Amino acid sequence: MRHPSHDTAFLLLFIAALAVAPLFLPEFYVTLLNYIGLYAIVALGLVMLTGVGGLTSFGQAAFVGLGAYTSAYLTTVHGVSPWLTLPAGLLVTAVVAGSLGLVTLRLSGHFLPLGTIAWGISLYYLFGNLNALGGHTGITGIPPLQLFDLEIRSGREFFYLIWVVLLVVVLATRNLLDSREGRAIRALRGGSLMAEAMGVNTPRAKIVIFTVAALYASVSGWLYAHLQRFVNPTPFSLTQGIEYLFMAVVGGVAHVWGAIVGAGLITILKQWLQDWLPTLLGQSGNFEVIVFGLLMIFVLHRARDGVWPIVMRLFPQSVSRVRVPAAELLARRPLPASGSLLLEVTDASKRFGGLVANDKVSFKVRAGEVMALIGPNGAGKTTMFNGISGVDPLSSGMVAFRGERIESLPARHIARLGMSRTFQHVRLLAGMSVIENVAIGAHLRGHKGFVAAACRADRAEEARLLHEAALQIERCGLADQMYEAAGSLPLGKQRIVEIARALAADPCLLLLDEPAAGLRYLEKQALADLLRRLRAEGIGILLVEHDMDFVMGLADRVVVMEFGRKLAAGLPEEIQRNPAVVDAYLGGVE
Amino acid sequence: MDLQIALLLGQDGLSNGAIYALLALALVLVFAVTRVIFIPQGEFVAFGALTLASLQAGRLPGTIWLVLALGTVIALVDGSRALRGRQFRRIPWIVLVNCGIPLLLAGVLFAVSAASLPLPVQVLLALMLVVPLGPMIYRLAYQPVAEASVLVLLIVSVAVHVTLIGIGLLFFGAEGSRTPAFTDVSFELGDTLLQGQTILVVVASVVLIVALYFFFERTIYGKALRATAMNRTGARLMGISGTLAGMLSFTLAASIGAFSGILISPITTIYYDSGFLIGLKGFVGAIIGGLASYPVAAAGAILVGLLESYSSFWASAFKEVIVFTLIIPVLLWRSLKTRHVEEE
Repeated sequence: MRHPSHDTAFLLLFIAALAVAPLFLPEFYVTLLNYIGLYAIVALGLVMLTGVGGLTSFGQAAFVGLGAYTSAYLTTVHGVSPWLTLPAGLLVTAVVAGSLGLVTLRLSGHFLPLGTIAWGISLYYLFGNLNALGGHTGITGIPPLQLFDLEIRSGREFFYLIWVVLLVVVLATRNLLDSREGRAIRALRGGSLMAEAMGVNTPRAKIVIFTVAALYASVSGWLYAHLQRFVNPTPFSLTQGIEYLFMAVVGGVAHVWGAIVGAGLITILKQWLQDWLPTLLGQSGNFEVIVFGLLMIFVLHRARDGVWPIVMRLFPQSVSRVRVPAAELLARRPLPASGSLLLEVTDASKRFGGLVANDKVSFKVRAGEVMALIGPNGAGKTTMFNGISGVDPLSSGMVAFRGERIESLPARHIARLGMSRTFQHVRLLAGMSVIENVAIGAHLRGHKGFVAAACRADRAEEARLLHEAALQIERCGLADQMYEAAGSLPLGKQRIVEIARALAADPCLLLLDEPAAGLRYLEKQALADLLRRLRAEGIGILLVEHDMDFVMGLADRVVVMEFGRKLAAGLPEEIQRNPAVVDAYLGGVE
Repeated sequence: MDLQIALLLGQDGLSNGAIYALLALALVLVFAVTRVIFIPQGEFVAFGALTLASLQAGRLPGTIWLVLALGTVIALVDGSRALRGRQFRRIPWIVLVNCGIPLLLAGVLFAVSAASLPLPVQVLLALMLVVPLGPMIYRLAYQPVAEASVLVLLIVSVAVHVTLIGIGLLFFGAEGSRTPAFTDVSFELGDTLLQGQTILVVVASVVLIVALYFFFERTIYGKALRATAMNRTGARLMGISGTLAGMLSFTLAASIGAFSGILISPITTIYYDSGFLIGLKGFVGAIIGGLASYPVAAAGAILVGLLESYSSFWASAFKEVIVFTLIIPVLLWRSLKTRHVEEE
């Protein structure tokens, strides 16, 4: 993370340079900068979609076209004011993108980009073949923008409009990514399963970022239509859509500023290549695509993060150590009375094809007790965890949590009821700091949405969420690592971060999958102490663990599983003496 | 629409559908084995057709320069790696395969006038020029990132596609080409004429599909590819090289693409960028099969061909719109059918 004051200084310098640029630059460069600005707005949407959210679209040009054509049509045919056609274009785009997203986003990753290619083509042909939209010749005579008495006609005037819009979009995107919903978006790439278990509605988050990226494109299209005052289908073709993605990837697809750098590089390179290549090759044609394609392949092979991170390495970096401001504590959920029934699993079965991983397992967990689920590897313990928490639902059986049937609820609804879990294979977002990872756990305790985040109306709540995350990290003894990247911690500590994240959800039932694996003796002691304190507070804990000393010293009751079936249940002392259990663990005498 | 037109359109749709089916099979194959969504598949169609057209017109097909250039780059890359690894014995072999064979091809092209050769030899020559591009492109563009995510591989695919489009324009120019029909035979079917070329396309496609079936069922390489498709790591542990599987599947895809191009170039005029739309229609078929099922992909592709043919009659301006919008209900249907659990 960069130091905020560096960022601000950089931003101010950038704005100052932009403000004076049109006063000095010749017309040609102002036009070039206008196009860079227009393209960067689209590329910025792709940064959020691809770099942050892990989704891809080759069809952004079609959304630019929707914005441009909506405004062109309404202003020329119906004489609507351009200031009204902007929201109209946004509405059309939102409806189209939202419904396309709804259809494709539920499928696995690669269907979305393929879908975007297909409708990129079909919208392009639609623009070109609808007589109302002027066919392939397009629509001319689009009125200029008018701000009070000022007509924004010249490139220089437009320059300010375009770059102000771009800066607003940049800031809104940055704000959004640095918020509760932003963390959820950042979890989409490689952490959807975890995010769902923390209560994030990941399909909704995907549709939202897909729609927002389309809206950015639509705004760019509206600007384009009134800058050119003429539209035809060509700039909205799939080729242009592919170019937008190239801009984002070359610039740095995970960075807000990468979009501007990429748009600048590709636009200037294109200008230059279009001048030189035809002369060089002795033919006319769009030969710059050869260079772009090769450049893309090179970037993906050698510098997948794009140009921006490479540029940033040239500047001194300082790790941000902003103290989390003390904020009001978040409201806690009332815990059920100690000893009352929390979780009741009845005849739970899970089949993977022919393999029966859980076979009619039943047990109960009460508030204020530690219940341990033990058994040899492959006994079906993690499968049971996934079934209870809704990550991978059971095939049959019944699970009741605080009196409510949950076996067919999705993970995020179960999380809302007050169940939180850790994962055996640590699921942290390696590039994010520990505190941000833990704050994802508190997702359901905040309510501010995307719009509030984009315009920073969420700061009070955000401070409370981060404060809560910091408290849980301190409680788990990781205060010194709070701002380090989660992926840089040793595995044992990463497991503790998982526990802190689960605690940030303020659960009444905690599911811990092998929390002590990889911990040293003293760390195990500290973990056991923490779990005892949680038990004393009245939280129920379901524990899967292989370290028998740890389990037997902590658990109130133990259930033993073997080959998917419940082998035994009882107090720790009884289990230790149970001959069937001893057989299962040590092997029977043949 | 009377019966005569309906039959004519059906004939058209079926022959195009057969081509799309071939391409859909190649796409499913490449995706299953390498996880690459092979967008440049269509460029092989165009390159196949245009290379043949160049040979027939007595021009030197630009493809040869591409084969020479790619061969040289691979020889440089692999050669320098062998040097660094002190495996000097491999170097002559690397140079021979990657530069020697292209040079031999170039020599043949310069020595004989291709225009005067019989058609089957021309076809063979065209295939020999285009097919090596498949494994060469795999080696240079995909193999270094073979372990990357599907998304990265897809972006690489799009980059390769864009590059090949530019190169196609450079080599073949903006004008389209049509090759003479392989056969002038035609049959009367009621009132309509059944073109021999149409039958040829359908028959050749069926023969190729059957041949592919036997390749996958009966040969060790076919089985190796299937094993890789089912479980990459498992196949590698059994000694099947991922690189070999990738090369092999790209060779097959390139052959299918080039051959399809040669089959349809007497029916439609092919431009340097025609391949893309043709390939994408194969994709729509492949997506109907969920990029996994060969028979469903083939059937879907034939459906696309028929749909395209009949919609060109009813609303010819919106032909492409209809074909590519078809993908949306298909995706909807698939998304309702599959419950996708993400696992990274």
